[in-house]
Amino acid sequence: MSDRTEPAVPDATSLLPPMRPVQLLDEGGELHESDDFPLDLKDDDLAAMHRFMVLARRVDRQSIALQRQGQLGVYASLLGQEAAQVGSAYALGPSDWVFPTYRELGSALVRGLDPEHLLHSFRGTWLGDHDPHEHRFGLLSIPIATQALHAVGFAMAAKLDGADFVTASYFGDGATSEGDVHEALNFAAVFDVPCVFFVQNNQYAISVPVSEQTRAPTLAHKAVGYGMPGYRCDGNDVLATYAVMRHAVDRARRGEGPSMIEAVTYRRESHTTADDATRYRSEEELAEWVPRDPLTRFETLLEGRGLLDQDRKAELEAEVDALALRLREEIYDAPHGDPLELFEHVYVSPPASYERQRELLRGEIDAGTYTDDAR
Amino acid sequence: MSVTMAQALNTALHDAMTADDRVICYGEDVGMLGGVFRITDRLQERFGPQRCFDSPLAESGIVGTAIGMAMYGFRPVVEMQFDGFTYPAFDQIVSHLAKMRNRSRGTVTLPVVVRIPYGGGIGAVEHHSESPESYFAHTAGLHVVTPATPGDAYGMLRRALTGADPVIFFEPKRRYWASEELDLPHESAPFGQAEVRRQGSLATLISYGPTVATCLDAAHAAAEDGWDLEVVDLRSLVPLDTERVVESVRRTGRAIVVHEAQVFSGFGAELAAQITEEAFYHLEAPVLRVGGFDIPYPPAQLEHYHLPGTDRILDAVERSLAY
Ligand SMILES: Cc1ncc(C[n+]2csc(CCOP(=O)(O)OP(=O)(O)O)c2C)c(N)n1
Repeated sequence: MSDRTEPAVPDATSLLPPMRPVQLLDEGGELHESDDFPLDLKDDDLAAMHRFMVLARRVDRQSIALQRQGQLGVYASLLGQEAAQVGSAYALGPSDWVFPTYRELGSALVRGLDPEHLLHSFRGTWLGDHDPHEHRFGLLSIPIATQALHAVGFAMAAKLDGADFVTASYFGDGATSEGDVHEALNFAAVFDVPCVFFVQNNQYAISVPVSEQTRAPTLAHKAVGYGMPGYRCDGNDVLATYAVMRHAVDRARRGEGPSMIEAVTYRRESHTTADDATRYRSEEELAEWVPRDPLTRFETLLEGRGLLDQDRKAELEAEVDALALRLREEIYDAPHGDPLELFEHVYVSPPASYERQRELLRGEIDAGTYTDDAR
Repeated sequence: MSVTMAQALNTALHDAMTADDRVICYGEDVGMLGGVFRITDRLQERFGPQRCFDSPLAESGIVGTAIGMAMYGFRPVVEMQFDGFTYPAFDQIVSHLAKMRNRSRGTVTLPVVVRIPYGGGIGAVEHHSESPESYFAHTAGLHVVTPATPGDAYGMLRRALTGADPVIFFEPKRRYWASEELDLPHESAPFGQAEVRRQGSLATLISYGPTVATCLDAAHAAAEDGWDLEVVDLRSLVPLDTERVVESVRRTGRAIVVHEAQVFSGFGAELAAQITEEAFYHLEAPVLRVGGFDIPYPPAQLEHYHLPGTDRILDAVERSLAY
């Protein structure tokens, strides 16, 4: 793929991220625009982003409730990361691609994916329940960091094919320790592909704080070693996240290559519903992040601009209630799939032995092995 | 005292670290949190962050550095958080952990223990229920062991932490909370020695790890129908106690191997071959294999259709008897 012409050696200092994350909307809801990361959002966009954030928060709350009621096996909350997910995904165009982690309901909503599909994976109805091509949103990837390479490979293919889109590779702070992320960054730089790495630094990988994950000045500094720019944004500021992501996506789209963004945010819930964060972090620390809530400051801005009043709030409330109800109806006591389908979709050309195994399972089912009594 | 397998493992680590200050314990979330299954609970508190600590999130890094530590003279016992997350470390395990002794003509031994919670039955999401034991049994240079009881969990982990060879230590996670009456410290038989968990005369069920208890349940149910089944717990796949297995099968004339892993190319194939080679004229029926189907591990709601249960085992016994 490389054409063997000597690529220009980038000037290292020009790639360095700022130590202070870009913030456009402060915690009090005041907007401070930046020439480096201009905003091109219309009122409709602001309203749409707000709607996605409200939806994300409600879907998250409903998912936790469903898990507590025994309806999901486990669930990984995004509470506190709504701005990071919505801001970044909103900066992508319809033809762009997202390669997500398992904590990505917010970005999924922006891509137009119905959240029930993802919840079925957490319920264990099916392993995956959506066609990635439909909304250009990959399958949730649980083995940490692995999807980063898929995003790069997809972008390599797109480049070879002359296709015009950008891939967004999502992962967490912990993932930056895995080899796959480093290989992904390097491949992306070497092949100069239109891929943006979007790291949600929510401060923890389960119980391990980011300070024990790396000694790099910031996660974004890692980009520099691979020859691409690193950016940092306040991940609780939806506008800064959007603007920085937009900058990175635009330059990738222009053929200026990959880059990496660190969105500084905070995981307000435990790692998953199976985890107990009180074992490793303090109430005080958590309390520090509550006033930095991504929704509150955005709503202050919208209210000040007359874009969010009681009527609009009531309207949104009705919409999220309806969505929450729909999810509950879809997931609650949802029957599991046909067990014989376990033999479908493994191979395009299945081995002949599958027929015998299917018969064995069919026989067990017919014999009543799996009726509730027998279990 | 009633002891769960999780407690037994935690106590074994504690006792091993007390007995030998070269034992170092690390992995993802094993420090302050005590591991996602709490197997390393309080070890950091007791032994300090020099001897029990969190690593960055990188399995190849964990095993690769454990190899370096062992070359220096420590005894690292590292945790892979779940079976499905062992794969990033596969290269280090297969290319170096298993081979360093051979490559150095015996000058370098690597007493590393890689603990892996494995197997299904806990309603987990993807990649948290795998049974990858055959990959490692198929790699010369590794001991591959798995306890089925709290007593063995303690005794075998202590043995792993005093032996000289690298050990892949599979912990049947769905049995973590099963308990037995036990006095610790408890001494276990050496690796390479199987245990007969139930004596019987009609057929031999051969298993290891999480499905030993399933076989005992099956044998118990079969006893009501007058079927007297023997249950052999292999305990270690490498080294393998072929002698004990063959002795049992020669007596009963029938062998059924049971494991969670998919049957195709699973460890049962090795057992079937060895039994056929060593006990051919005593066999009344071909060796049968019972296990998971040859499919990716299913979603939680369907996993019970995949896991070999008592019915699937007894059905195999019946087929064996029909010969
Ligand atoms: C290869 C691999 N190793 C270990 C795990 C277990 N695990 C699941 S989530 C997690 C922490 C991930 O942290 P981070 O990348 O910061 O993302 P976050 O969950 O905070 O969004 C770990 C260790 C895994 N899923 N995959």
